[in-house]
Amino acid sequence: MRADYTAVRAASLRVLDGEFVSLVGPTGCGKSTLLNLAAGLQAPTEGEVRIFGTPSSGLNASAGYLFQTDALFPWRTALDNVAIGLELRGVVREQARERAREWLQRVGLAAHATKYPHEMSGGMRKRAALAQMLILEPRMLLMDEPFSALDVQTRQLMENELLGLWAQARRCVLFVTHDLEEAIALSNRVVVLSAGPASHPIAEYEVDLPRPRDVQEIAMHPRFVELHRAIWSALKQEVMKAHGHAFL
Amino acid sequence: MDTRSSERRTSTRESPLWPWQVLLLLGLFVLWHVLTRTEILPPFFFGEPLQVLARIWDWFSTGRILPHLGVTLLETLLAFLLGTVLGLAAGLWLGLSPRAARLLDPYITAFNSMPRVILAPIFAVWFGLGIWSKVLLGVTLVFFIVFFSVYHGVREVSPVLLDNARMLGASRMQLLRHVYLPSAMGWVFASLHTSVGMAFVGAVVGEYLGSARGVGYLILQAEGVFDVNTVFAGVIVLTLAALLLDRLVTLLERRLMSWRPNAQDRGARS
Repeated sequence: MRADYTAVRAASLRVLDGEFVSLVGPTGCGKSTLLNLAAGLQAPTEGEVRIFGTPSSGLNASAGYLFQTDALFPWRTALDNVAIGLELRGVVREQARERAREWLQRVGLAAHATKYPHEMSGGMRKRAALAQMLILEPRMLLMDEPFSALDVQTRQLMENELLGLWAQARRCVLFVTHDLEEAIALSNRVVVLSAGPASHPIAEYEVDLPRPRDVQEIAMHPRFVELHRAIWSALKQEVMKAHGHAFL
Repeated sequence: MDTRSSERRTSTRESPLWPWQVLLLLGLFVLWHVLTRTEILPPFFFGEPLQVLARIWDWFSTGRILPHLGVTLLETLLAFLLGTVLGLAAGLWLGLSPRAARLLDPYITAFNSMPRVILAPIFAVWFGLGIWSKVLLGVTLVFFIVFFSVYHGVREVSPVLLDNARMLGASRMQLLRHVYLPSAMGWVFASLHTSVGMAFVGAVVGEYLGSARGVGYLILQAEGVFDVNTVFAGVIVLTLAALLLDRLVTLLERRLMSWRPNAQDRGARS
């Protein structure tokens, strides 16, 4: 990342407890920067990050982060990958593995506990990463285009599973994506970011679709179509700006 | 056309190569034998393969070679272990603290480009003619191989993996233990074949330059009395030992690095 690139400027974003918020915007608009600020992986040059009301500096200990690219430990099996967070917190290894086994079950990987990441498919690796994050029961989940590398079927499956897990324990989620349909299908609120540099939120949309949702079925809902049209009209201009009107 | 070429491909895959490799070795021995027997090559300088083999047989059947071979292998093993541990530690340290790396950079370059075999007589003076002067020579050779692969490897640790470990709550020490060290083991193993070879070179060269035991010592003694056959026998024994060591490293690698995708899996994965 270039040090002098102002990805985000004067951006104010608030996520409520238990809320599922998606950030959409053109490429290079600083979606990941906002997420890294919330995670404490990057420090803001101006302004502050408040986590549940308290100003935060350094790593955000109450957050779990799901990365866009593979971030599993290649030398650990699926089981040990899920267990590592607990191990790092000083939980006895056997106990950590016991809890990890439960979580593997929950994400449907019970049969693949002894596999190494390179032996798993992309979808399996995502599931393992999800369990790795959720086992620590973080109060907020930060997700950076987590499913963008998956094929469409696997992706919809994972989205439904994510919704299921989220419904069991409603944590606040900040979900970054460039896929508007994914954003609407999953969220309570969709925030549109302007094109970078110096990107900032330009519009917010409440997603008042009924839950529980199925990502495939919800896309047929008339309200979904309506929201999609409204948000896309705002997003389209920014996408075009980002590409320097290359499409016109 | 197609079927024939695919048939040919399967047939090469099915027939193993080792009979041909053995045949090549036999052929070379026969050629050596014929050339020295017809005195196209003078046997005094080139030895005679049958006598070389007889000497090797004599060594092993009487067991006279074993203490010498044992010493050489012990020196190799110690040089390899010490060099690897020191190289790993130094590589991690300098890889993680760029300031120290910049400070020491000219010294590392200087020591690495210095022909360190020259140090052997000095080590002999410092540590005597026993095994430690040889071990130390081996260590100076192994150290840099391991050091450089770890030092460069540290910078290539996936930043996403580091971020993930930090988000999962890893402290600085835990990052070292759970991310850097396992990654480093991969780089150490990548250089393992070279470093075992170098440890072996250190041991033998050390023995050759001054010792009272070891295969290198045997070779030196034989050269002193122009016994070319024994020299060749020593060289062959050393070569076999080197092959054996390399094989052991491969087995160890397979056992410890099972998490790494091998070429077959990589091809199958989409």
